[in-house]
Amino acid sequence: MKKRLMIISCLVGAVLLIMPEVRSVFALSDAYKDNIYNPGSLKATDSVLKVKVGGKAPDFRLKAVSGETVSLDRFRGKKNVVISFVPAAWTPVCSDQWPGYNIVREMFDANDAILLGITVDNIPTLFSWTNQMGKLWFPVLSDFWPHGAVAKKYGVLRSDGVAERALFVIDKKGIIRYIDVHDINQRPSLGVLMGELEKLKRGK
Amino acid sequence: MMRRMLWFFLLTWGLVLFGPAGGRPAGPLPVGGKLPDFTLGMPKDAAEKSYLGLSGSGAFKIPQIRAKTVIVEIFSMYCPYCQKEAPDVNRVYEKIEADPALRGKIKLLGIGVGNSAFEVGVFRKKYNILFPLFPDGDFALHKLLGEVRTPYFIGVKIGPDGSHHVIYSRLGAFESVEKFLDEIVKASDLK
Repeated sequence: MKKRLMIISCLVGAVLLIMPEVRSVFALSDAYKDNIYNPGSLKATDSVLKVKVGGKAPDFRLKAVSGETVSLDRFRGKKNVVISFVPAAWTPVCSDQWPGYNIVREMFDANDAILLGITVDNIPTLFSWTNQMGKLWFPVLSDFWPHGAVAKKYGVLRSDGVAERALFVIDKKGIIRYIDVHDINQRPSLGVLMGELEKLKRGK
Repeated sequence: MMRRMLWFFLLTWGLVLFGPAGGRPAGPLPVGGKLPDFTLGMPKDAAEKSYLGLSGSGAFKIPQIRAKTVIVEIFSMYCPYCQKEAPDVNRVYEKIEADPALRGKIKLLGIGVGNSAFEVGVFRKKYNILFPLFPDGDFALHKLLGEVRTPYFIGVKIGPDGSHHVIYSRLGAFESVEKFLDEIVKASDLK
């Protein structure tokens, strides 16, 4: 009896101990209230890159929430491009990442860069979700159908069908200059990304 | 015997979970309680240091700040509500500084949870934040403060002997600058 009690107690204790870790550790904005689904801690990365730094960035055409169709090629010779893949709408880290980018347009401008946000969600979902972020200055693109085709082309489609939390910096010639397939559970540092854009500007 | 054993296990796990090593449970700090034990890096900026009434280098604790009450804003550069509310929080600061009965007695600071020094700097510059901001890049303070959603405001009253207690604890943006400041002033017994 004592033994059983001890085992039960240990199990309950273990679950309770793990719980705070499962609980979101992200400083989620009150803007989303209780509408964010917490998937818990996920495998850091779950795909194999198909592109590399120094290689040509595969072109794509995707529909934006605004209704326009955006292709990567249209920026060739004009702008450096940052592609921010995030896993899914209405999830913890993603819901913070773009609102942060939304207040640093000047930094992108200063480095002659534009930002393209991509998820594998469909347009109505992206519409509702990004509406909570305030007005975004950058296009949000839907890689929904054929499902995750662009993410797959870049090698950042996870085995469960969502994208990695990945950043690609592409120069004006269409060459990939920086890749960060980040731990899906964590937000990439803005300082590091801006450092990479500044490197491009300085011609390094 | 059984009951005693049960109590023993409950007590043990209670200590593990809620004792000093287990951190505190999620949720805002209770009014009347104390701040968790943490330090912030001493500001390098002389004006910020003088505003907070601090000297030296290294780290400091909030109750060391020269004030009767300290308002702590838990924010994130990445949080849309914090962005939207930033001008209002600046107005709280301005109202305090413009009122001879409050100036020097209520001080304001922000902690950017999950924000690096670079990210806190971005927020400061973007919204021309008038009061000191501190980074919490690894969410360590966020965990200690109950992993609250942002923004979150804490009022801390500091006694002449350096003791302190929480007099205000509010989740989410405040509705009006005047009402917020009024609540803080009342809870501080300053007017």
